[in-house]
Amino acid sequence: MKKTKITPFTFVISILLLGVAFVTIYPFLHMIAVSLSGDVHVMRGEVNLIPKELTFKNYEHVLSDPRIVTGYLNTILYVTLGTTISLIITAMGAYALSKKEMFFRKGFMIMIVFTILFGGGMIPTFLVVKSLGLLDTIWAMVLPQAVSTWNLIIMRTFFSATIPKELEESAKIDGLNDLGIFARIVLPLSKPVLATIGLFYAVGIWNNFILPLLYLRDDALYPLQVILRNLVLVEQMADVSGGDAVVVQESIQYATILVSTLPILLLYPFLQKYFVKGVMIGSLKE
Amino acid sequence: MENLEGLEKEKTKRKKEYHKPLNKKTIRKKLNSSKYLLILFAPVLLYYLIFHYVPMFGIVIAFKDYNLFKGVLESEWVGLKYFQMFIESPDFFNLLRNTFLLGLYNFIFGFPIPIIFALLLNELKNMYFKRFVQTLSYLPHFISNVVVASMVVVFLSPSGIINRLISFLGIEPLNWMIMPEMFRTIFVTSEIWQHMGWEAIIYLAALTSISPQLYEAAEIDGAGRFAKLWYITLPGILPAIFIVGILNIGKVLEIGFEKVFLLYNPVTYETADIISTYVYRVGLVQGNYSYATAIGLFLGVISFIFLFGANYLSKRFGQESLW
Repeated sequence: MKKTKITPFTFVISILLLGVAFVTIYPFLHMIAVSLSGDVHVMRGEVNLIPKELTFKNYEHVLSDPRIVTGYLNTILYVTLGTTISLIITAMGAYALSKKEMFFRKGFMIMIVFTILFGGGMIPTFLVVKSLGLLDTIWAMVLPQAVSTWNLIIMRTFFSATIPKELEESAKIDGLNDLGIFARIVLPLSKPVLATIGLFYAVGIWNNFILPLLYLRDDALYPLQVILRNLVLVEQMADVSGGDAVVVQESIQYATILVSTLPILLLYPFLQKYFVKGVMIGSLKE
Repeated sequence: MENLEGLEKEKTKRKKEYHKPLNKKTIRKKLNSSKYLLILFAPVLLYYLIFHYVPMFGIVIAFKDYNLFKGVLESEWVGLKYFQMFIESPDFFNLLRNTFLLGLYNFIFGFPIPIIFALLLNELKNMYFKRFVQTLSYLPHFISNVVVASMVVVFLSPSGIINRLISFLGIEPLNWMIMPEMFRTIFVTSEIWQHMGWEAIIYLAALTSISPQLYEAAEIDGAGRFAKLWYITLPGILPAIFIVGILNIGKVLEIGFEKVFLLYNPVTYETADIISTYVYRVGLVQGNYSYATAIGLFLGVISFIFLFGANYLSKRFGQESLW
């Protein structure tokens, strides 16, 4: 029979943690409130957490900007294509690496892990991407970071820890080769890890800024993150040196920020469950 | 003891197996029996070769005068010219200092905070409240660097909310983003805000694996809250603290390029410009490929030593490591 008493100690801790929760969520609530408020109230700095004079005109403004629309469509294309390719390649490779009888397995693993420690760096990688003719193509957003070593290792750990050996052996006796086992037995059994790693990749591509910065010059190909940076950061920095006509812009900037991160915010309750699962699998030892 | 002996035996057995002379026949046999696995592995192998190993060989241009038309192989060798150029350049000391300091501050403040956060959460008895705070705390981890940087810049703008808040305290509005002395604080704070909750997960997992019986026994012995914290909780998560600490030290120099690039501007270069952002400007903006590659290699080698050392240490102390 345990009864929780509220001691002063628990009280202080609860207040501290409420503070943490508040600091985490406040910026978002504030941006939502400001972006939904009338200009006059924003200019007077009256809006804090509750919108005043509710209006959607900032969102209308943002959504009617063709750059945002193109950015959105591009990002959705890159996320869909990139996640599909990355997930398939990673699952195939991870399965092969999870098999003890795989030829040169140890050597391949060392080769992969070594890339965590050392790499060619920005410029040599750029030159490779360039010489492959990937600059200014959608492939520049998909291929150069197609496989994440971390995700590959998580999946490999998952496969070697959860797929029962007996199942694979009996499938082999029934005449299935490794390809068949992978497609018909391993994949159907691995839906949770596929979902987790798929989401890792999807969020990674959605948020990626360095790939388009390095490899895309054509603004028709820009993903949302680049558009957002150009609309908010570059203009804001320009204003730093310019005049002080920034004030009303604030609500439009917030609307832009929110629009471009909306899918992540909406999916968040669902995402976080899978992400935490991924971290847990990753921390398992083989 | 028995276990240890068994382990030794296992080790020598494995060593023998490993050093078993491979003749062509066994190789061919092994190749043949894993041919389908190799087919499955082929795309990953190609990816690593093309996007990681070819660039590693591309590093040779750091020792050459890379010429776009001559290509990597035909360009002339210049030895260590570009390394010398970097070390003698007026930016060298500044870049090195900025890279080290930004990483160091990020470590000093970013490392303990998730631990404290996890310990505080652990003290909560109300599961709903605990889950609520924890779930909320991951949220910023999923937000892109561009969004976080945009928020920082707009919040800190001359007429932004931070300036409005401090004006209540009677402080004049500041133009934060053009104050070089504020850059590190802004960067580290935004990193902590973004990743604190996420980095606490590993400690929370370690905390749940501590047996409740230990606490019950301690209570019977009359241990108070702090005694339990000191003698049970902290020792319980010490391995996790240790490994994360070592790996974080290893990553000190791997400061996220994106965040710095998005937050800095020419006015704050003196504290904000780090080696990777400098490489970007010299290489991709100015097109000085060889020089930029040499600078990148300089950082890469130091960073490698850090990471390798960290892993060696954590292995030495019997903890998990990268390999």
